[in-house]
Amino acid sequence: MANDVWVYIEHKDGDISPMSYELLGIGKTLADGLGSSVCAFIIGEKVDDLAKEAFYYGVSKVYAIEGDVFKGFRPDAYAKAASSLLSKYTPEIALFRATSQGTDVAAASAAQLQFGLCTDSIGLAIDGGKFKMTRAAFGGNYTVTVVNEKAKPQIATVRPKSFPMPAKDTSKSGEVVKETFSIAEADLNTKILDFMKSEVAINLVEADIIVSGGRGVGKPEGFKMLQDLAKVLGGALGASRAAVDSGWVAYEHQVGQTGKTVKPKIYIACGISGAIQHLAGMRTSDCIVAINKDPDAPIFKNASYGIVGDLNQVVPKLIEKFKSKLGR
Amino acid sequence: MKIVVCIKQVPDTEAEVKWDIPNGTLKREGIDSIINPFDEFALEEALLTRENYDGDIVAISMGPDKAADVLRNALALTVNEVHQLTDPAFAGSDTYATSYVLASAMKKIGDVDIVFCGKQSTDGSTGVVAAEIASQLGFSQLTYVSKVRSVDAANKKIIVERAIEGGIEVVEAKLPAVISVIKGINEPRLPNLMGIRKASKMEIPKWSADDLGVDKGKVGAAGSATKVVEITVPPPRGAGEILKGEIEEVAASVVDKLIDMKVIK
Repeated sequence: MANDVWVYIEHKDGDISPMSYELLGIGKTLADGLGSSVCAFIIGEKVDDLAKEAFYYGVSKVYAIEGDVFKGFRPDAYAKAASSLLSKYTPEIALFRATSQGTDVAAASAAQLQFGLCTDSIGLAIDGGKFKMTRAAFGGNYTVTVVNEKAKPQIATVRPKSFPMPAKDTSKSGEVVKETFSIAEADLNTKILDFMKSEVAINLVEADIIVSGGRGVGKPEGFKMLQDLAKVLGGALGASRAAVDSGWVAYEHQVGQTGKTVKPKIYIACGISGAIQHLAGMRTSDCIVAINKDPDAPIFKNASYGIVGDLNQVVPKLIEKFKSKLGR
Repeated sequence: MKIVVCIKQVPDTEAEVKWDIPNGTLKREGIDSIINPFDEFALEEALLTRENYDGDIVAISMGPDKAADVLRNALALTVNEVHQLTDPAFAGSDTYATSYVLASAMKKIGDVDIVFCGKQSTDGSTGVVAAEIASQLGFSQLTYVSKVRSVDAANKKIIVERAIEGGIEVVEAKLPAVISVIKGINEPRLPNLMGIRKASKMEIPKWSADDLGVDKGKVGAAGSATKVVEITVPPPRGAGEILKGEIEEVAASVVDKLIDMKVIK
């Protein structure tokens, strides 16, 4: 139907992260608000397994484009296929995850369709029949609500973990509508030569627990201790810009306006003062624990629990106590 | 080889930006402006590419009069040519309208081989303009680039590394390409005194909507499909509890509270 809500299902080399289906829950809520249905759309070399999983998460219809040319994600191939589906069916709303792949396809598809999109949304709602997309601006100091009253579909990318995962029900199934879309290999611009897997086991953006360090950590070895705490908790290691710029820890760990935006359930900030540009990347975490020597550090104004003290004494104590309580 | 670098002026990331909420505009008075931090890496990568493979660099920036400062800085760093894309009609452009203006500038510049952009701006932070430029022009779309491995201008090929979730992807792409770079791809240099002096006297040429041949109905607030309808200040988190006492007790208390959340598996 023309006012359906479509959700792009992200996958990579046949590797399916359950997180790919997280938007089906909010997609359903929006569709209910519009009196329509949530549908999934999938592009890939083979789509049947992905479609089956989408049915488990509550959609009854999956639109798909299959082909050898879609082995491995390539933005031009995927965006051309996606925009062909979106212009044929013109759903009311199309949602993508604000990951590298989701952003690449959403942006290129919107450009093909010649209109803008709202990126990295943290709130989505139907309000008086209108689709409202909410996102953070200026380092999270402001929240802006964006609408698109001129073009369809209204495209949004959604920050991972902004909405609860829908429940999985393996008894459900549905219909796969396969569309053909051909594009010649010679007409594509890119070729993937290799993928070098990161040694960092847990993806910062998807982590439920993050242990993060700032200027107060003082030295590269300090991050070893934070890494130990992260490991005990099954979490990921984060860092402030000051720590990254000092060369103590790699940029891939940076949280903040010029790093990653994260929304874990627990964020433990060690030796981080809480500069605006760092808060921008983590202030929506569910629970923030701050450890800092300076009782006036702005981080304490944003922390659920604050510990005024030397992290070199506090962190080893936390490691010891977590280990004994959790039996690790 | 012709290299274009897109740069943007943004409010200082250390400054507390104030928004005039009823009018939906940014209070720019008293706020220092800087070059978008990600664009410094794009500019440096353009300079490195010119050094390693030869070519000319054209720096462009879309923005109001004051934004000429970032182009002057690019001139001080010895880029060959700059153009400021400025027109009252551009004000309020959304991501598509912005990328349409920038893509129009690429067409006017002509024979572009590589376009460097920063991963995102620190003000709007949409992070999609580079991809939208590539998609409109049919150029290779290379986002989140952490390393340029090689450029083969004669055979119109480039090999880059992309830092994406879970690792590094190595991609070979046809030129022309639009490349958005991440922080850490290089160490941006500072201009020297002579460069600054020379740049201070140089003219910043301006291109208007008419110069670029853009359809004014497709740009600015009026021509943009997406618009901001509401701006709010998110409620403060509210300071929580400061745990006081001996480290031993405090640590035990926070450990219990966190375990009670049932998040730790």
